[in-house]
Amino acid sequence: MKEWSKETILAHAGTCWDEKTGAVSMPVYQTATFSHPGLGKSTGYDYSRSGNPNRTALEEIMAVMDNGARALAFSSGMAAIDCFMKLFRPGDTLIVTEDPYGGTFRLLEKVYTPMGIKIIYVDTSSNNEVEKAFNPDVRAIFVETPTNPLLRIADIPGIARMAKKRGILTIVDNTFLPYWQHPLELGADIVIYSATKFLSGHNDVLAGIIVAADNTLVEKLYFYQNSTGAVLGPWDSWLIMRGLKTLPLRLERQEKNALEIAHWLTGHSKVTKVFYPGLPDHPGHALLKKQSGGFGAVISFEVDDPGIVPVILSRVKGFLFAESLGGVESLITFPAVQTHSDVDPEIRLRLGINDRLLRLSVGVEAVNDLTDDLAQAIDNA
Amino acid sequence: MNYKTKIIHTGKDGDPYTGASSIPIYQVSTFAQSDPEKFGVYDYARGINPTREALEHTVATLESGSCGYAFASGMAAISSVLLLFQPGDHIIVAEDVYGGTYRVLTTIFQRWGLKHAFVDMTDPQKISDSIKPETKAIFAETPSNPLLKITDLAAVVKIAKKSDLLTIIDNTFMSPYLQRPIEFGFDIVIHSATKFLGGHSDLIAGIVVTREVQLGNKLKDIQNGFGGILGPQDSWLVLRGIKTLAPRMETQQKNAETIANWLSKQPVVKHVYYPTLAWHPGREIHIKQALGGGAVVSFEFENGEIAKKVLRNVKIPLMAVSLGGVESILSYPTTMSHAAMPEKKRHAQGITDGVVRLSVGLEDPEDICEDLYQAFEQSV
Repeated sequence: MKEWSKETILAHAGTCWDEKTGAVSMPVYQTATFSHPGLGKSTGYDYSRSGNPNRTALEEIMAVMDNGARALAFSSGMAAIDCFMKLFRPGDTLIVTEDPYGGTFRLLEKVYTPMGIKIIYVDTSSNNEVEKAFNPDVRAIFVETPTNPLLRIADIPGIARMAKKRGILTIVDNTFLPYWQHPLELGADIVIYSATKFLSGHNDVLAGIIVAADNTLVEKLYFYQNSTGAVLGPWDSWLIMRGLKTLPLRLERQEKNALEIAHWLTGHSKVTKVFYPGLPDHPGHALLKKQSGGFGAVISFEVDDPGIVPVILSRVKGFLFAESLGGVESLITFPAVQTHSDVDPEIRLRLGINDRLLRLSVGVEAVNDLTDDLAQAIDNA
Repeated sequence: MNYKTKIIHTGKDGDPYTGASSIPIYQVSTFAQSDPEKFGVYDYARGINPTREALEHTVATLESGSCGYAFASGMAAISSVLLLFQPGDHIIVAEDVYGGTYRVLTTIFQRWGLKHAFVDMTDPQKISDSIKPETKAIFAETPSNPLLKITDLAAVVKIAKKSDLLTIIDNTFMSPYLQRPIEFGFDIVIHSATKFLGGHSDLIAGIVVTREVQLGNKLKDIQNGFGGILGPQDSWLVLRGIKTLAPRMETQQKNAETIANWLSKQPVVKHVYYPTLAWHPGREIHIKQALGGGAVVSFEFENGEIAKKVLRNVKIPLMAVSLGGVESILSYPTTMSHAAMPEKKRHAQGITDGVVRLSVGLEDPEDICEDLYQAFEQSV
């Protein structure tokens, strides 16, 4: 039989895992420890920090989805990033996308910089800028693409080639495009996710995932995971697996809605700019089309007057005013104050994360309800 | 509000205290009171639990009803509805009703004096002909299980009104996304929420929705008195499943149509049962009252030997009882859903030993067809 399609693999995530009962859904192993069959013998599971069947099942399916050697699941996206940062030593330098998620920026600036790791922030949507930033101390390049919230697109194969030539690691935060963009197949060494977002998809669980291309590398990462212990619990692992089963259809619906909303926003008189890579005039459109099966469901846009932002946020009903993204419910976020408040105001403004910028995460609702909702909020602001 | 949006935002699905977008799981049995005489809305979790309440509200809204009640299983829901009747009452039931319903009617409820008549509901005349002075209700199921026979909802309501009968329907196969019987005048809608509402083959649950508050209050008393309630964790999981009801139903239905058409071209398959196929006798009525054929396809082989071999040889669909999940499930009505029905009766209704039932999931339909094909090749 030919290899199963990704939809089929996902729909069957964890099914019939339990051979004893044949339960179609995997049992939740809410246990801390495992009894041993005898001295010096193990069932393969000893202690849930080192390994738990629910976490293993999730990790296995993520490794298959991203064509990696092995995946690791963490208690949050930040815990996943924190884990790969342990690969580096004082004196090492990393090239990082200049507009990363605010939490990433905070971790690098407030935790790792004081420990002696140097960060060079670069506009990774330009291969030239990346090339210029290399120096002999650079150990890795950490790319977020599309970026949050401005949705700039990095050339993953191009950057991975530059990194390989110098023998350094390429790490990609693929939170915005799971299932559609496969960074390991494009040459990256490590892909990370905030699984809180699209992978889970229901705004009801926090989780992070690392998938690595190579066995030696992932063994090191596993050592850090097991030693520091920010592992994902069994119930949350189970919930992410449940979310994965509907990942393709959620993404398809969410993207379809996002594209329509992006077009709608483009035609609105109070909207001065729309950032969505699915729009043909987006500078990264052609590149993303080449390296990803889809454009995602996150849109940012600028309004003409900062004074109307609070009014819009208080008037929206279909969009929940909340941080996070990727769920079946549409959310609206004010990046300058919410997700990116830890970024220096000067840097924020230079990047374009100003007080007129709003970010939408588009859900699976009927799209005309969403545009109606935006219309009543913006028109009356 | 468009229906797809309603599914996501029914009004009681968050938490007003913290703003949490997901309703908290109130894993609790009792609620502290501030006054010995005047109790708050929440007193004891058998009567009411906030997580279950959110689910009940959601399903009532989606079925266009007034009140919703969540039970520990579809059968707990059906049994609770049957507790509305008195000894000596008579109800008319679809002859190819789900095997579990058949079992409680012919054993437990029969012993308690509730009489029943099994009737072919594809013919409204046969329903009218079965009404007796003591008849109190009509219990329909459309499309029926497993042969997907169609009952005309509007016609049943018309007949019931004339004789002042309660109308009850098991809407499990369609889900409110595809069919809303209350909008046709039905009084009570029942679901095995284990199926499409839950949608992930990972819980057991039942739902009852009533059109009117008065009838709803009677059921509330039965729910609290009998106590076959759904726990908070399972209530929460059903709610989580409902969030993707629309895209799941659409994709599963599309896949089912593809597979039904493919099956129709296979020489080894004697007959394909699917409501929207051109030759299905109930097609016109079904299209009038539902949004599509759903995700269940039944098909028949020459004999039971071939059917059993196919069941043993398929690799992707799970061979299991149940339906409605994201994973395709192939089941054998003879030994599974309709095992409780005597063989003679089963055969008379067309549920021969050659019939298998496929609940179509979210897999790529091409994978399913290829898998079925290899199973056919090995079985004939």
